[in-house]
Amino acid sequence: MKLDAKVPSGPLQSKWTQYKADMKLVNPANKRKFSVIVVGTGLAGGAAAATLSELGYQVTAFCYQDSPRRAHSIAAQGGINAAKNYQNDGDSVWRLFYDTIKGGDFRAREANVHRLAEVSVNIIDQCVAQGVPFAREYGGLLANRSFGGAQVSRTFYCRGQTGQQLMLGAYQALSRQIGYGKVKMHSRTEMVDLIVINGRARGIVTRNLETGKVETHVADAVVLATGGYTNVFYLSTNAIGCNVTATYRAHKRGAAFANPCYTQIHPTCIPVAGEHQSKLTLMSESLRNDGRIWAPTKKGDTRHPNQIPEGERDYYLERKYPSYGNLAPRDIASRAAKQVSDDGRGVGYGGLGVYLDFADVIKRDGKARVTEKYDNLFEMYERITGEDGYAQPMRIYPAPHYTMGGLWVDYNLMSNIPGLFVVGEANFSDHGANRLGASALMQGLADGYFILPYTLSQFFAGLPAEKDKPTSTHDECKRVESDVQQRTKKMLSLKGKKTAVEYHRELGRILWEGCGMARTKKSLGDAIAKIKVMREEYKQNLIVPGTDSNLNVALERAGRVADFLEFGELMARDALTREESCGGHFREEYQYPDGEAKRDDEKFCHVAAWEYQGETKDPIRNVETLEWDAVHPTVRSYK
Amino acid sequence: MQLTLHVWRQKDRNEPGRMETYRAENVSPDMSFLEMLDELNEKLIKEGHEPVAFDHDCREGICGSCSMMINGMAHGPERATTTCQLHMRKFQDGEELYIEPWRAKAFPVIRDLVVDRTSFDRIIASGGYVGVNTGGTPDGNMLPVPKEKQELAMDAAACIGCGACVAACKNASAMLFISAKVGHLGNLPQGEPERLKRVRKMVDQHDAEGFGHCTNQYECEAACPKEISVGFIAQLNRDYWQASLAVNTRDESSVSAG
Repeated sequence: MKLDAKVPSGPLQSKWTQYKADMKLVNPANKRKFSVIVVGTGLAGGAAAATLSELGYQVTAFCYQDSPRRAHSIAAQGGINAAKNYQNDGDSVWRLFYDTIKGGDFRAREANVHRLAEVSVNIIDQCVAQGVPFAREYGGLLANRSFGGAQVSRTFYCRGQTGQQLMLGAYQALSRQIGYGKVKMHSRTEMVDLIVINGRARGIVTRNLETGKVETHVADAVVLATGGYTNVFYLSTNAIGCNVTATYRAHKRGAAFANPCYTQIHPTCIPVAGEHQSKLTLMSESLRNDGRIWAPTKKGDTRHPNQIPEGERDYYLERKYPSYGNLAPRDIASRAAKQVSDDGRGVGYGGLGVYLDFADVIKRDGKARVTEKYDNLFEMYERITGEDGYAQPMRIYPAPHYTMGGLWVDYNLMSNIPGLFVVGEANFSDHGANRLGASALMQGLADGYFILPYTLSQFFAGLPAEKDKPTSTHDECKRVESDVQQRTKKMLSLKGKKTAVEYHRELGRILWEGCGMARTKKSLGDAIAKIKVMREEYKQNLIVPGTDSNLNVALERAGRVADFLEFGELMARDALTREESCGGHFREEYQYPDGEAKRDDEKFCHVAAWEYQGETKDPIRNVETLEWDAVHPTVRSYK
Repeated sequence: MQLTLHVWRQKDRNEPGRMETYRAENVSPDMSFLEMLDELNEKLIKEGHEPVAFDHDCREGICGSCSMMINGMAHGPERATTTCQLHMRKFQDGEELYIEPWRAKAFPVIRDLVVDRTSFDRIIASGGYVGVNTGGTPDGNMLPVPKEKQELAMDAAACIGCGACVAACKNASAMLFISAKVGHLGNLPQGEPERLKRVRKMVDQHDAEGFGHCTNQYECEAACPKEISVGFIAQLNRDYWQASLAVNTRDESSVSAG
């Protein structure tokens, strides 16, 4: 497979400007002749559907939730970056670009990231105009904070609910188009397959989750905005419904899946409380500004934390990283917690936790000051654990949180299948091997509001005139529909012994152990072998009750887990073949003597894009070499 | 802990429902309410029965999916908490729990505890937005917004659209939901141009959907997991009266349709 990124020529700073100047336009009268399917209505999908409809295209949008307002973008707490330099502290498009490239450990595409930084400023203006209630100073101007270790204050926020407020902005813009009858919205509808006709994406097959009806929708282009695949780990900070089905189904129809091994583990989540745990909750990383992280020096110490004397506490981050201490970057802090726990010094249920202690700051600044800063977090912690974080240290543990990998896209955000576009977390393009805080919201909205509407126009304008566009009665549509129905019938007919949730939990455990925060050749090989066995068992021993003709939550889950079982292997395979450590991908074999990640720019300064070869054959690993015109990869050190 | 659960089971929109009784055994106090139901569902599936359907997604109290009456209270007994954030340590061993879907004409039951809340989406689509297209917007700092106004708008914007206000109201009124949007956009200069039209359209849509009238009982505020204040309903009423007096014949939807 040839991977042509189609990056425009010319200097980095003017590529996007030149692209817009050169691009072909669709005549306003012709726009309504083009139809677009948008799958997923989070920040990227909602923004894209609204904007494309405003431009005059016929848009049909889909989401599995009961309303387009609920996508998991809503849960982002921290904020959104933009190179506004409102604080006069030296920020610029260049600086945001460079921070993002460096944060991604030099594994992202330069041109895409620079464009992202350029349009970041438009996003804030757009959101303000929509009525997003960003935090403000007393003088009425927009407030900023510094986030995720950035040296400038460029993060815009709405209390702890930035994701929700941006989501509502996009949802309201979309609702306006729905109200005018310009966007046709299908909620409680899941994409279960992709239609490719003569090498071009022409539609999707969906299942109506309420009635079970399987239907084909055709269009001139398909946009996937279906989020990340973190739930492959079973336990993660994602919503329960987040899944890989849409992107993985597209992968099976020919779309290349890029860098699936790049996953981000967030260090400050509330630990697992028992076997029943269904998801993990993240607490803002800002807690690390004042809390001190420690674990007992003794293995298996079951004393109450307040009974453990100072001399028997290991403040391991402060010890290992004296200059950054408790503020060490996400991947480093996460790995260190796992090491402590592997060492038998973890605390709480299953030894899967470390302490985050506020005793010192309370003594220094008083409880009132801590309350003022973090009260909602202490309250959340108490609600979930039943423990008072003021009276005793909190327990925290890392959890899967975001996935940088995704479907491969070129500069136009188009996959290798013409007509199939991928936006937001679902694509791979902007975060490299590690995403910086407050960058996910920025990328989702950049793709949806300001990039896709241009690149899609370029695509439509370049299409040859077609007399007869395929319709949903096309043979290929009927064939794929029947595939889908067969798969469903098969799952319902198995009548085995184990539920999809049980398999999912087991898969999660295998990947967390084998392909989690630290990976080895052996752990990955083991994981692949175990997943293969489990996948075969799934085909025989799954139990799904009920029918396919009404709302069947067990059936929905079973379909998603089936895709995770295949995808999990691909993720481990990608991690196995990337013989270096970079960003969120840490291979124990590739580290410096002091434990720092050892990147191998000579052999692995590329994107790995996997090509599906059928169920019995191994996928092919294709490579897009990353070119460095403007920056030079350096060692990412936080000592 | 051991609990007795009385759960509303209903096959689809058309068939009548009924309460069914289940035993929940080995319930850990650290479980969330939904995890307790997950365990019940796993047991049901293994016995070849269909699981209890309920809406849920983020499980961190922000998406607004989860929606059930627990012992007659929307989202259960804990103040300012969605069902997904409610934990079993708030209940007693041996307790009997009655679990039902939201009850309102405008929220028809789809299955078991799952209701159709698209009426809320239609209310927002009728006018709950600022009518700007993407692009061409002025600099974010062009219009200063007093911090007090922005904070007030943010208080209202925290609404997650779960529908607990409707479920808690004896009239099944969605006034708190609408007022949250009025309070959000109506307190910002960006929302000012369409302030009156927005109110009128949303209230018209509210009535057309079959939601009831507000009779100032404030059950909605008590049930709201985000503690949206009924003070916003007062703002809604003021705007609505002003809107009823204004003559508005020009309307974006009629222009764009033409």
